[in-house]
Amino acid sequence: MLNYTFHWRPAFNALPDMLWGALVSLQIAVLSMVIGVVFAVFLALGRQSNNKLLYGFSTGWVELARNTPALFQIYMTYFGLGSFGIHLDSYVALLAGIAFNNAGYLAETFRGGLRAIPHTQTRAARSLGMTAPQAFRLIVLPQMFRIVFYPMTNQMVWALLMTSLGVTVGLNTDLTGVTQDLNVRTFRTFEFFAIAAVIYYLLAKLITLSSRLFAWRLFRY
Amino acid sequence: MFETSLTWNDILFLLRGAGTTLTITFWAVLGGTILGMLFGLIRATSPWWVNAPIGFVLDILRSVPLLIQFVLANSFKSILKLQVSAFTVGCVVLALYTAAYCAEIVRGGILAVPPTTRRAARSLGMTYTQDLTNIVFPMALRVALPSWIGLTLGVMKDTALVLWIGIVELLRASQVIVTRIQEPLFVLSIAGLIYFLMSFPIARLGARLEKRWREND
Amino acid sequence: MIELKDVRKSFGSLEVLKGVSLTVQKGEVLSVIGGSGSGKSTMLMCINGLEPIQGGQILVDGTDVHARGTDLNKLRQKIGIVFQQWNAFPHLTVLENVMLAPRKVLGKSKKEAEEIAVKQLTHVGLGEKLKVYPSKLSGGQQQRMAIARALAMSPDYMLFDEVTSALDPQLVGEVLDTLKMLSEEGMTMILVTHEIRFARDVSDRVAFFHQGLIHEIGKPEQVIGNPQKPETIEFLKSVL
Repeated sequence: MLNYTFHWRPAFNALPDMLWGALVSLQIAVLSMVIGVVFAVFLALGRQSNNKLLYGFSTGWVELARNTPALFQIYMTYFGLGSFGIHLDSYVALLAGIAFNNAGYLAETFRGGLRAIPHTQTRAARSLGMTAPQAFRLIVLPQMFRIVFYPMTNQMVWALLMTSLGVTVGLNTDLTGVTQDLNVRTFRTFEFFAIAAVIYYLLAKLITLSSRLFAWRLFRY
Repeated sequence: MFETSLTWNDILFLLRGAGTTLTITFWAVLGGTILGMLFGLIRATSPWWVNAPIGFVLDILRSVPLLIQFVLANSFKSILKLQVSAFTVGCVVLALYTAAYCAEIVRGGILAVPPTTRRAARSLGMTYTQDLTNIVFPMALRVALPSWIGLTLGVMKDTALVLWIGIVELLRASQVIVTRIQEPLFVLSIAGLIYFLMSFPIARLGARLEKRWREND
Repeated sequence: MIELKDVRKSFGSLEVLKGVSLTVQKGEVLSVIGGSGSGKSTMLMCINGLEPIQGGQILVDGTDVHARGTDLNKLRQKIGIVFQQWNAFPHLTVLENVMLAPRKVLGKSKKEAEEIAVKQLTHVGLGEKLKVYPSKLSGGQQQRMAIARALAMSPDYMLFDEVTSALDPQLVGEVLDTLKMLSEEGMTMILVTHEIRFARDVSDRVAFFHQGLIHEIGKPEQVIGNPQKPETIEFLKSVL
């Protein structure tokens, strides 16, 4: 039945390269989250605004990000922008695509979080003489952060998993890209990708565990 | 004014790709939901020593990129020399993936039913099964359905990844056309529009349902 | 001095203040009593500009609160307000809660702000609870923290919006004691309250609010002890 011998040795030998790839994947995930979060705050505010243009733009971004595949969004940044003469390399295109996706999903999460904070908090802050931006930055935002922390962690794990899509636009420095390179050279598909799967699993766990630690330190109240 | 090499045949080709997307989604969600309900029920009602191993396996399915899962499944099929199509592989992998998320949704839904409500039902003389069907099921459904709709839409979008194992769904179809006529933005936008039209109405429906049910509470 | 001149305010089509006129001198303690929905709380929120008015004028030390050019943030430094729901900032400790506005609004240094905060918190009896998070305090303690937080801005006027209504009965006393202490120190206070006995003992004047207007106003002995208008009598009968 099984006419295939598993050759794990080459896979283990390639571990250092794969781990460097994993570092790149993690790097992309973190960067895409940072960019995504910043944009998401503005998008969440945009969706609450009365300004037609802001509302339209924010809603457009959010609905586009949430109703089309992430791979499509990455194809758009890599291939689609080519029509405008903008040629991003695979790394940047992947990063932009994932950040776009992150921003869209997180904007909705943030919007819900903002709604959960009673407006009486803002009122109390304004009564003490704080300006609206001060009240938002010092009182509302920190509280929202706690509410959305868990969904943000989930989004970061998804961002990590999304980095694997880089291989479809030619990225060969992240974990999947490296693994695919090795695969093409040795045809030991199963062994290499199985190890890659394990590494992804461990990275995902690392993210979840460190975020739980972070939350414990940050949210003492 | 607006010149394009896109033909009506191309549009048809895209729509056939969309059809493949929807077909895979259908089978994956069908299989995944049934499995998910089973696992979810088991997880919500079992002791920890049954719960933990199942939870572990499902967690793995959620923590490894889908692309890698497709590749592994495909290569595993070659190793075992199974005579199944890539299409089947795609459906099976997605079904397992769906099941992993569905199990959590179902479990969450069941656990969201307050034990006090169930106690009240039993005090009225209902049996365990009656409690489950008349009290737990409808209440769990309200909590679970919006998430389940979200999951289904997510799976529909994730089917795009089957292009990596050679299946021509919507995104791959659009790539094929782009290779020929070199108008990436235009063709991709049409594909994007089709995805959007497949997803957005159902997403809004789900949101409306959720809102209506929340107001009734 | 706070002056209200024929103030009108509506929420949509519902007119809540129907031409309120009032003058509060510096150092005065005015209690405002009346039924729910009579407009008392709304009036307070109009005084510091949290709610807009549709007619009339509100002047605080000569500044028109609702004029276009008025710097409301600056004005609110002069007027402290404490709400029924104390609205503690949950992510900050008690000390940080009180220090925040002096630092960020008045621009005081961390050290200065901390001194002010410690002083006010000790003033209201919370000197032992500085590093605690509000969630660990009782309602009465959180309300006193809210009072300290408002006092830390060194306001000229303090507004109190039914500050004991949300408290368990046994916690009301400690807050009323704090209010009494403030009045004895000469703070100008407008208190919207249901505590009629407290109003009678502590106030210089009492105003009875009814259906958007001040129905009766005068010394506590007059308004509460010897009410003239039938509505006032009716109201007092129902609460005493």
